[in-house]
Amino acid sequence: MNLTLRVWRQAGPETRGRMVTYRVEEVSPEMSFLELLDVLNERLTLAGEEPVAFDHDCREGICGMCGIVINGVPHGPQPATTACQLHMRHFSDGDTIDVEPWRARAFPVVKDLVVDRGAFDRIIRAGGYISAPTGSAPDAHATPVPKPDADAAFEAAACIGCGACVAACPNGSGMLFTAAKITHLGLLPQGQPERSERVRGMIEAHDAAGFGGCTNTGECAIACPKGIPLTTIGRLNADYLAAVRGRQQ
Amino acid sequence: MHWTTCDRPGHSLCVALLTRARPTPAQNARAKGPSTVGQKVVMAATGILLVLFLVAHMLGNLKVFAGASAFGEYAQWLRRLGDPVLPQTAYLWIQRVVLLLAVGGHIWAATALTLRARRARPVRYAHRRPVRGSYAARTMRWGGVIIVLFVIYHILDLTTGHLNPVADPANPYATVVADFAPGRWYVTLFYGLAVVAIGFHLRHGVYSALRTLGQQTSRGERRARAFALALSVLLCGGYLAVPFAVLTGVVR
Ligand code: HEM
Ligand code: FES
Repeated sequence: MNLTLRVWRQAGPETRGRMVTYRVEEVSPEMSFLELLDVLNERLTLAGEEPVAFDHDCREGICGMCGIVINGVPHGPQPATTACQLHMRHFSDGDTIDVEPWRARAFPVVKDLVVDRGAFDRIIRAGGYISAPTGSAPDAHATPVPKPDADAAFEAAACIGCGACVAACPNGSGMLFTAAKITHLGLLPQGQPERSERVRGMIEAHDAAGFGGCTNTGECAIACPKGIPLTTIGRLNADYLAAVRGRQQ
Repeated sequence: MHWTTCDRPGHSLCVALLTRARPTPAQNARAKGPSTVGQKVVMAATGILLVLFLVAHMLGNLKVFAGASAFGEYAQWLRRLGDPVLPQTAYLWIQRVVLLLAVGGHIWAATALTLRARRARPVRYAHRRPVRGSYAARTMRWGGVIIVLFVIYHILDLTTGHLNPVADPANPYATVVADFAPGRWYVTLFYGLAVVAIGFHLRHGVYSALRTLGQQTSRGERRARAFALALSVLLCGGYLAVPFAVLTGVVR
C-alpha cells in the first residue's frame, strides 16, 4: 500500500519543529509501524537527507521505549498495543498518517520523535523502589501474599513506563504511571515500611517535574498499552491522604 | 547501610527494609503549597459540602408544592433557625459564609489545576483526537464557569430581589411564581439550562470526588459512577420541577 506520512521534524531541543510530509510507497501490511519508519529512513538516507529519529528497543511491546502519537492517539489506533507491535494492516492504502512525539513540558523533545523521559526516572528515584537489597528471588511461599493482592500488584507492575498516559492526558499528568508504581509496591509486604514516604516523595517529584494534575478524566487508562486500570489512582490518593494525615499527628 | 531484621510476625522478608541508604528528594526539599493531589482533595471536600447544600435547597424548594403558606413558613423558619440561641437570620449568614468559603476553595483549586494543565503541555498536538472520556468530564471547567454566573444571577433574582418582578420578602411564594411566569419563559429556560449544567458537573464531579478521596476498587468504581448519575438525575429533576410547575400552571 501507499501512504502519506506527516512527521514532526525538530533538529534539536532548542530548535522549532514542524510537520513534514513524506510519501512512502509499497508498504507491506505485515510491517510494524516502526518498520514503516525504518523504510522511510532508508529512503531518506539514500537521498542524502537526515533520517527521522525515534526511540525503540525491544520491538516486542515490553520495554516501553517506543512512544509516538499516531493520528492523535498514543501508540496508534489499536487498543493495548505499543507502536512497535502495531501492524500496517490496520491502515488502508492512501491513508495520511500524522506522527508526533509525546507532548508534555516534562518530556522535552530531544530530536524529531524522541523525547526525554527522565522525569519518570526522577519520580522513581523519589521512592519507586525498595531501598534494601532483598537478595535473589525468595521462595514463592516464603511470605504469603493474598491472591487478589498478588494479581492487582502484578497488573500494576505491567507498566512499562512508556509515557502514553502523559501523552493522552488532557492535563499532561503523569498520575497513572506514578499510581501504577504506588500500587505495585504498596500491595506487597516488601513495600510496606516505606509506603507513606514513597507516596509523598513520588507525588512531590511528579509535581516538581511539571506534569499536570489528575482530574480523573480517564484518557490515560484508555491509552495505556498495558491496561493499567484507573483504580490505581484511587489507591495512590488513599495512600497519600493516609501519609499526610500520619505526618500531622 | 546496615542490616536489621524486622521482628513482626510473618515479616521474614523485611530484612534491612528498615534502613535507608540516602534521603529521598522529598526529605530534602518541600514544595510550597498543597500538591496536585492536595488541590484535588480541597476540590472534593468543598464539592461535597456544596452538594449537601444542593440537596437541602432542593428539598426546601419542593415545599412550593405544599402551597403558599407552607413555603412562606419554611422561609420564615430558615430565618428563625437557631432561635433563641442565635439572633434572627444568623443561621442563614453562617451558611452563606461557609458556602462562600467552599465556593472560593473549589474555584481556587480548579484554577490552580487548570493553569498547571496549560503549562504542562506547551506545544499542542497537530492532530488531536477528541477526548474519549465522558461529555461531563470534558465540560467541567466551562460548566463550572456557567454555574457561577447562574448563581450570581440567581442570588440577584431570588435572594436580593433586584432582578425579580415581585421581590416581596414577606411572600417568597409569589416571588417564585412571578419569576417563572409563562411570559418570562427565557428566565425559566436559563434556569433549566443551568440546572442541566449542574447535573453534568455533578455526574463527573461526584465520581471524581470519591476517587480523589480514595475509592479504588473496580466494583466501587461502578457504584460510584451509578451513584453520581443517580444523584445528578435526582437533583436535576427536583430543581426543574419548580420552574416547570410554575410555567405550566401547576403551581400558581
Ligand atoms: C431551579 C430551581 C431553583 C429555585 C426555584 C431556587 C429558589 C431559591 C430561592 C427562593 C432562594 C431564596 C431562599 C431564601 O432566602 O429564603 C434561593 C437561594 C439560593 N439558591 Fe436557589 N433555587 C433554585 C436552584 C438553585 C441552584 C441549582 C443553586 C446552586 C447552584 C442554587 C443556589 C442558591 C443559593 C446559593 C442560595 C442562597 C443565597 C443566600 O445565601 O441567601 N439555587 N434559591
Ligand atoms: S520498542 Fe520496546 S515496547 Fe516498543
